[in-house]
Amino acid sequence: MPQAVTPREIRRRIRSIRNTAQITRAMEMVAASKMRRAQQQVVAARPYADRIRAMIGDLAAMTSPAEEIRNFPLLAKRPIRRVQVIMITSDRGLAGALNTNLIRRAVEFMMHERPEPLEHFDIVAVGRKGRDWLVRYGWPMVAEFTRISDHPSIEVIRPIAEIASADFVSGRVDAVFVIYTHFINTLRQEPRVLQLLPVEPPEGVGEIADYIFEPSPVAVLQALLPRFIEVQLYRTLLEAVASEHSARMVAMRNATQNALDLVGELTLTYNKARQAQITREVSEIAAGANALGSVQA
Amino acid sequence: MAKLKVEVITGERVVYEADDVDMVVVPGAEGTIGILPRHAPLISLLSMGEMRIRKGNGEESLAVFGGFIEVAHNVVRVLADTAERAEEIDIARAEAARQRAQARLQERTAEIDRARAEAAFRRSLVRLHVARKRRARAGLGAVGGSLEQPQVTG
Repeated sequence: MPQAVTPREIRRRIRSIRNTAQITRAMEMVAASKMRRAQQQVVAARPYADRIRAMIGDLAAMTSPAEEIRNFPLLAKRPIRRVQVIMITSDRGLAGALNTNLIRRAVEFMMHERPEPLEHFDIVAVGRKGRDWLVRYGWPMVAEFTRISDHPSIEVIRPIAEIASADFVSGRVDAVFVIYTHFINTLRQEPRVLQLLPVEPPEGVGEIADYIFEPSPVAVLQALLPRFIEVQLYRTLLEAVASEHSARMVAMRNATQNALDLVGELTLTYNKARQAQITREVSEIAAGANALGSVQA
Repeated sequence: MAKLKVEVITGERVVYEADDVDMVVVPGAEGTIGILPRHAPLISLLSMGEMRIRKGNGEESLAVFGGFIEVAHNVVRVLADTAERAEEIDIARAEAARQRAQARLQERTAEIDRARAEAAFRRSLVRLHVARKRRARAGLGAVGGSLEQPQVTG
């Protein structure tokens, strides 16, 4: 049987766990403020995205003949045999099951939901966690983007959009999907798959039928499509960032709670051990005094 | 007289917003476009350059770099790839960028580098123009227009 833990050792453990709780609490608060910022970014990006979407929908609906639209390189629908996946994970860990869930979803997609027959697929990694995982298990990665800022600018996704668009237009792939963590609320985030390419024009509402176009409707639509891809990609990245911070916030809150529970238990143990020690000492002294007394008598 | 509602937005944020504007001038892809109230519905591509917004006697400028303008029912919406208000432009940085680009243009470099340097050079000129104009205006007194739109920087 191991020797009973001394009160002093218990006290040391309590102190160390308290320190851990302090750190996790600080991390929770940092994550909370970063999450709020990320949510604000999502909201701030919305007006532009909504307008681009509406314009594309209307233009795609009105431009004629329809064949001309279908021949746009970024709208080209081909049988899907070659696939690219953009996988968005976080750079840092300590975010609960965030990256595990995302990677599991990506594997599920790549193994079971992929189009058949599949001739080729490759992956663009965004975020270090996903990148490390892809490297470790030898998945075919064609590009990696790590060290993404906590409040990414839209410039960050432009090169990613360029790779995807170039690979799609050149025919290297027939479709591009983004797998990212969708932010539902602070407590819930879920991995989702979004088809980035070919672009599916949203429904038009017919607001702009009698507009003047400079230089022409086709030219405007052609210029809008790359922006639309960027907007969609940017939104997935912002959602992923918001999800990361909220997942970390919740994970750190749980860690703090666990640490404090542990401190409670240990304090109880400590008090018992201290009590036992005092009792033992008192009885030893009493026994000594008794012994002394009987000698004198 | 009717006024224009003006919004300048990018993928990241609302850069400018006002609803009492008298005239807007933007760098269209096919030349400068001036917009007064009751303009016909229009969608045009933008190139890079100065966007001028006139309110009463005041005028302010923004630097816009590509994108779209949509005009309808006295609402002017600029969907810029990048846009900056004059007061957001760091003159020293723009000047440094101009010199860097100029130096690169004087070297004999590959075609693609040259194109990039040229684009950077033109961007820096737009920024400098817009920022200096604001300074000049400030020197002369009132700068038209209120700038109450809170900033949501990326």
